[in-house]
Amino acid sequence: MARGFFVGVDVGASRTKVVVLDAGRSLVGYAVRKSGTDFAKTADICLRESMAMAGISPGQIDNCISTGYGRKNVPFSSGTKTEISCHAKGCYHYFPMAMTIVDIGGQDNKIIKLDEQGRRLNFKMNRKCAAGTGAFLEEMALRLDVPLEDMDGLAQSSENLVELGSYCTVFSGTEVLEKIRQGKKVPDIVKGVFLSVIKRVLEMDALADTVVMTGGVVAHNPYLVEMLKEIIDNEILVPEYPQLTGAVGAALFAMENGDRKQFVGMGA
Amino acid sequence: MAEEKKRPLRKEFKSGKVLKKLMADHFYELDEAAKSGSKKIAWCTSVGPAELLRGMGFLVYYPENHGAMLGATRMATELIPYANAIGYSPDICSYLTSDIGSFLQKRTPLTKAYNIESVPKPDVLVFNTNQCRDVQDWFSWYSRELNVPVIGIHTHRDIGPIREYQIKDIAKQIEDLIPALEKVSGEKFDMDRFKEAVALSRRTSELWRACLEAAAAVPSPWTFFDATIHMGPAVVARGTQEGVDYYELLLAELKERIDSGVGAVDGEKFRLYWEGMPIWGKLRALSEQFASLKACVVASTYCNSWIFDQFDPEEPFESMAVAYTELFIVRDEPFKEQYIRDCHDLFRFDGIIFHDAKTCPNNSNNRYGMPERLSRNLGIPVLTINGDLNDLRCYSEEQAKTNIEAFIEQLEES
Repeated sequence: MARGFFVGVDVGASRTKVVVLDAGRSLVGYAVRKSGTDFAKTADICLRESMAMAGISPGQIDNCISTGYGRKNVPFSSGTKTEISCHAKGCYHYFPMAMTIVDIGGQDNKIIKLDEQGRRLNFKMNRKCAAGTGAFLEEMALRLDVPLEDMDGLAQSSENLVELGSYCTVFSGTEVLEKIRQGKKVPDIVKGVFLSVIKRVLEMDALADTVVMTGGVVAHNPYLVEMLKEIIDNEILVPEYPQLTGAVGAALFAMENGDRKQFVGMGA
Repeated sequence: MAEEKKRPLRKEFKSGKVLKKLMADHFYELDEAAKSGSKKIAWCTSVGPAELLRGMGFLVYYPENHGAMLGATRMATELIPYANAIGYSPDICSYLTSDIGSFLQKRTPLTKAYNIESVPKPDVLVFNTNQCRDVQDWFSWYSRELNVPVIGIHTHRDIGPIREYQIKDIAKQIEDLIPALEKVSGEKFDMDRFKEAVALSRRTSELWRACLEAAAAVPSPWTFFDATIHMGPAVVARGTQEGVDYYELLLAELKERIDSGVGAVDGEKFRLYWEGMPIWGKLRALSEQFASLKACVVASTYCNSWIFDQFDPEEPFESMAVAYTELFIVRDEPFKEQYIRDCHDLFRFDGIIFHDAKTCPNNSNNRYGMPERLSRNLGIPVLTINGDLNDLRCYSEEQAKTNIEAFIEQLEES
């Protein structure tokens, strides 16, 4: 059977993403699952699912690199790279140009600047507070008693944005309750919640060149991209699968360092 | 990738034994004096007028040194809340809050390290606000608690070029401490003794500078993390012969490493500068992480802050005023920026790590755009880590680790 497949595993604080790339760097398989408490097991399940999607067997995989918070808990990867490097790599693969990457993850946000050659100029992660991340949206959805997946549609249907002032997730929750008491409409509050995420991003760094947005929050809430576009008055690019960008970057690193047969195999 | 790599070992210094004895003797002498009343004890800020106190026969105890011990032993995070509970905010200096918490709880790292029950009771408390205003509030708490006099020097701040009036003022403030100190000590001020302390302090400083500058060698014979441990005598034994002897020994060892090409980090690939306070409770973890990434933190503003080679025994008051006013921490942004650029010329580092210490704004120089300016001007990348000197509640280790790893990956790619 032909080899030449490369795997990237991104064990994020919230979700684990696995991708399979073929030798032509095309995405041929992927899987996303909640990271849960057993990172190794989740990564293993995701790998099996993405291999099934790609129609390949373990013997066809040449190399695998892992990234994300749980990057060191993936038994079958041959090495690790940070999610900062992997997002940079993944984004440049899709958009080979100078850019500012805005990645909104489950528990952290990253802003990474690349030059025209894809070299990293600098990067910033949010401070230890999770304001403006996926965790913030989850908490707000809970307070508003709406399913997380309905947030995007609700924000889109807002006619009168209700702004939130605090950047503390807990205090924002209290503010949300106060807005509910005041009789504000849920869609308007949700749009305010989205704006809060955007404000946290804009505070992190100046957005230069082309802006590329990635991460699970963007994947599930495309309206957030529309809102940011309007605010910065600039085009924003989003890869086809924004949640997979880090894993794609990891797979590309696997390909670069892919001395054949580095894949150490899967557990039983 | 489940298997953990073998932890790189920190290369110990032979002089480490002498260091341990010097630090132990320092505390035993204070403990004995506190119990017997054989000598008067002054508590002093680490960048304070220690030479005057030594010259007047006081034994000198440094609460900041105790603060660092509370941090390094990770007792601080448990003790800080006790000070918070009596009205000292979690946002102010965590040396202060952990030290007061330690006093309230009657728990000190001196017990485990030296079998000493408590910190030595002071006869007088002497501060210099050149580090921050918090030291004054810190010492004032003890003054009220222990009914001991508190006196001090109020610094100028945000200083660009130094003016004569500033030196005159600080020199006069130092001199003005004498009557109060005479009252406590019961002895008349002796100029010769004072000059001797200033001369010894200068010699200690010169040697400390030489030790730090040894890190200009490639590979560097030691790291910032080593230096934070070996700086103990530069703080507590400045103005003593023991301090001088110690740094002569250490310097010889560093030169020996340089001559034989021994680097602190095996296979040193990257050289970094640390700006800001150490994260005391994570020194080992950080030291090991950098070493595993083949990165050596070669220099820091923090360790350089105990170089006072302006001291001149012929002009003790004025030269002390100069030394304590030329200090990095009281200077304006352009001075600080130039200072780091000069360090770059000497140490040739590839990047700068700024530690934004939550409770230490005076020692967190990332807050007014300096990292961005330095990165642009020096053409090297910078990274800011959020943490704290002592309060580990303010530190997310995973985030810091990932940031550092990503920073080194960036250096590798460039």
